Amino acid sequence: MAKKSSARKGTKVQSASPPVDEAIMLQIYRNVYATRQFELKSAELYRVGLIRGYMHPYLGEEAIAAGACAAIGEDDYIVSTHRGHGHCISKGAELKLMMAEIMGKATGYCGGLGGSMHISSKKDNNLGANGIVGGGIPIAAGAGMGIKIKGTAQVVVSFFSDGASNNGVFAESLNLAAVFNLPVIFMLENNHYAVATRIECSAGNCNLAEIGPAFGTPGICVDGNDAVAVYLETKKAAKRARNGEGPTLIEAKTYRHGGHHVSDPGLYMPPNELEAWKARDPIIVLRNHINNDKKIKALEKRVDQEIDVAIEFGKDSPNPSVENFVAGLTDR
Amino acid sequence: MAELMYREALNLALFEEMRRDPLVFTMGEGIAERGGSYKVTEGLFKEFGPGRVLDTPISEASFCGCGVGAALVGTRPVVEILFVDFTGLIMDQIINQAAKYEFMSGGQGKVPMVLRTQGGAGNGLAGQHSQSLEALFYHIPGLKVVMPSTPYDAKGLLKASIRDDDPTIFIEHKLLYMTHGEVPEDDYIVPLGQAEIKRFGDDITLVTYSYMTLKCLEAAEALANEGISVEVVDLRTLTPLDKETILESVEKTGRAIVVHEAVKRGGVGGDIASMIMEEAYDDLDGPVKRICGKNTTIPYNLDLEKACLPSVEDIIVGILEMV
Repeated sequence: MAKKSSARKGTKVQSASPPVDEAIMLQIYRNVYATRQFELKSAELYRVGLIRGYMHPYLGEEAIAAGACAAIGEDDYIVSTHRGHGHCISKGAELKLMMAEIMGKATGYCGGLGGSMHISSKKDNNLGANGIVGGGIPIAAGAGMGIKIKGTAQVVVSFFSDGASNNGVFAESLNLAAVFNLPVIFMLENNHYAVATRIECSAGNCNLAEIGPAFGTPGICVDGNDAVAVYLETKKAAKRARNGEGPTLIEAKTYRHGGHHVSDPGLYMPPNELEAWKARDPIIVLRNHINNDKKIKALEKRVDQEIDVAIEFGKDSPNPSVENFVAGLTDR
Repeated sequence: MAELMYREALNLALFEEMRRDPLVFTMGEGIAERGGSYKVTEGLFKEFGPGRVLDTPISEASFCGCGVGAALVGTRPVVEILFVDFTGLIMDQIINQAAKYEFMSGGQGKVPMVLRTQGGAGNGLAGQHSQSLEALFYHIPGLKVVMPSTPYDAKGLLKASIRDDDPTIFIEHKLLYMTHGEVPEDDYIVPLGQAEIKRFGDDITLVTYSYMTLKCLEAAEALANEGISVEVVDLRTLTPLDKETILESVEKTGRAIVVHEAVKRGGVGGDIASMIMEEAYDDLDGPVKRICGKNTTIPYNLDLEKACLPSVEDIIVGILEMV
């Protein structure tokens, strides 16, 4: 049972947002929309058995990955989560190689060895999704450490959830990043649920952005359904990181459009709350920012075609060869 | 050739590799100005500075994970965990992250990280600072496990581990740090996956590693006076396991004992004994024996501690039962 205290009401979201170049907003919209469609189509493919395993849709949260990834460069790194399709798409992945991977095909990013929960894309410096909640956070801090050793000007965005914020490695890694002044942006996607447990039931202080200052790091709360707001805050944090000013914690508030994974109906989520968040759907919010239906329609059409091609590519691709796999195993 | 202590040989390996490759760096608890609890990192901070010799907070899970992340972006971290007992704190990063990354990414990325740690009993350090936990790592596909017994091997194997592209668990033994041996000053490596026959013999094979190699050699020496010829195979690395050297030796002697300090139950010895029986049954004159640590937590009292560990006498008795 959640306690009633001011600390449990959550951080007040900062209001957005100064104007952003239309071209950038369209690039962000492309990724928000591509993620939305990718997830909806993947769920259909899951239900007919073309995708197996666990699949955790990023529906409703698309603005965070799209906004954050637009604010960093191709050469910068991201570390993703089990709910990682949006991060992968927004960092530049090819939809057909993603689709092939989550179908377990030889042509996928990981040759069908990783699947949805472990998808990574080296060419985009996406260090990968992770099946362990919080498991990627130290890896992101370490990538920041490696960047300092190499002496490059790269930054890392570590995506993780409110659920992961209760894992010990979050506190440890935020502290490590602060101590060593690492170029890491901790992007806390607060979708209010750790599987089915609400944040009010699992955090003594629901103002998650306040965890930053506790470790000597800025902590910012942003509207996670407003991609432009996420973009602008990430841009500032990346600038700080590149200037050698160390890490930033950004809490991006959002809400899942369904249950924890594709087979979870999410019956524990209050319908009126879900409807309220859907009224502020990241797609609607961003369309209002862009306010150019013609360009949006054209862009959506291109994405729809790309997704159709990706699905066909996945379906047509071969499974990995069992014979080659077994023959390639070593004793190590 | 210089006569060095095991810990000095390890120190030399770190100096050489950090001078050779600016992407090699090291982190751990109290390893910088203090030089580490066993002085293995002594002097590194002075030469390489705080950028490459990092004193970490007591956050093992996360700084081990930092090793994984730093390795993924192209550097070569050497992470020190003070006692192998403390690896309980880092198992997610080892088992689920480091060991699996290359595989799960379909070979897109590698984790060239060395996890240096130290184990073993004998100093009265009780239950949480005396264990031999190599079997935990040996069990996980994707890891290499290295356990040197001599200063020469310590230097050559650490250099090889740093240059290797896989995550490597490098387990030193606290009783070996002060042992001496010849260590060349030149840039040699000992390849991973190659056992060494530390003493040749014809009557029986002892398969062992780390500190127990010294005990096996003592037992072999004692029995030589009684006309029993004992061969001592020092594995040096547990994974990759040099099956060939083990099997060739057993083919010659027809008898084998696996000796290790770790508890017998679920230990590496059971796996090696099974491997010998599966692959060399026809060469054997009898079943493969295991002489291992007793199935217990290590006690604090020195007499009790001693009673838990294989002794030279235990090994001699074991051999005499078989030849």
